Amino acid sequence: MKNEIKVKFSALSENEGFARSVISAFIVQLNPTVTEMADIRTAVSEAVTNSIVHGYKNTEGFVELVAKILSKDEIYIKVSDKGCGIADIDQAMQPMFTTDTNGERAGLGFAVMEAFMDTLIVKSKLNQGTTIIMRKKLGVPPLDDDF
Amino acid sequence: MTARFSMRDNVLYAVISGEIDHHSIKPIRDETDVQILKNSPKGLIIDFKNITFMDSSGIGFIMGRYKLIHNITIVNADANIKKIMLLSGIGRIATIN
Repeated sequence: MKNEIKVKFSALSENEGFARSVISAFIVQLNPTVTEMADIRTAVSEAVTNSIVHGYKNTEGFVELVAKILSKDEIYIKVSDKGCGIADIDQAMQPMFTTDTNGERAGLGFAVMEAFMDTLIVKSKLNQGTTIIMRKKLGVPPLDDDF
Repeated sequence: MTARFSMRDNVLYAVISGEIDHHSIKPIRDETDVQILKNSPKGLIIDFKNITFMDSSGIGFIMGRYKLIHNITIVNADANIKKIMLLSGIGRIATIN
């Protein structure tokens, strides 16, 4: 039987830290390195923040976090919301693209998820929501040491 | 998150502690801006030695402060935090030590 968790929580920014704690506690069993742990926590933080800030635009709703251990060293993470959806996914995934006009958001959420995980899939439908699926194999030495 | 501020040689020194995310950074952002406006420093040094986690909200924080002050230096960021800083290219507007 695959080990899998599903956690549903209110789309409140206080829960960004909660989501990181949940994923950390779940992946500890894979004995991740400090870097792998930081990468996964960061990617989850970005995905959950996107759902809260952009999906629900700080209105009420729920974010769902699913995590699965696919094989002894591969983690699958799904973050989904039933928020407003993304009109143009390609544009949203451009580094530095942001809908924030205050200059306080870097527009790097997807770039970070892409860089820190092995695969990233974004599915979205306007007014129906967005689902992010990420995978990462642990125990793979980084390609280049100085990154 | 918490922040401690001090002025040294007309430079504002901010020691921030905790985990930086979109939620936790808000009060720190406001406090930092109050300190910048109050002291009109010639530079801002942000000390990351007590930061245990940062997502891209930390980059937004640095970008936002750059609007108020152009001389920003980041010190004591750990390897994982530096990785996001490198990815973001924030080194173009701030000095990363």
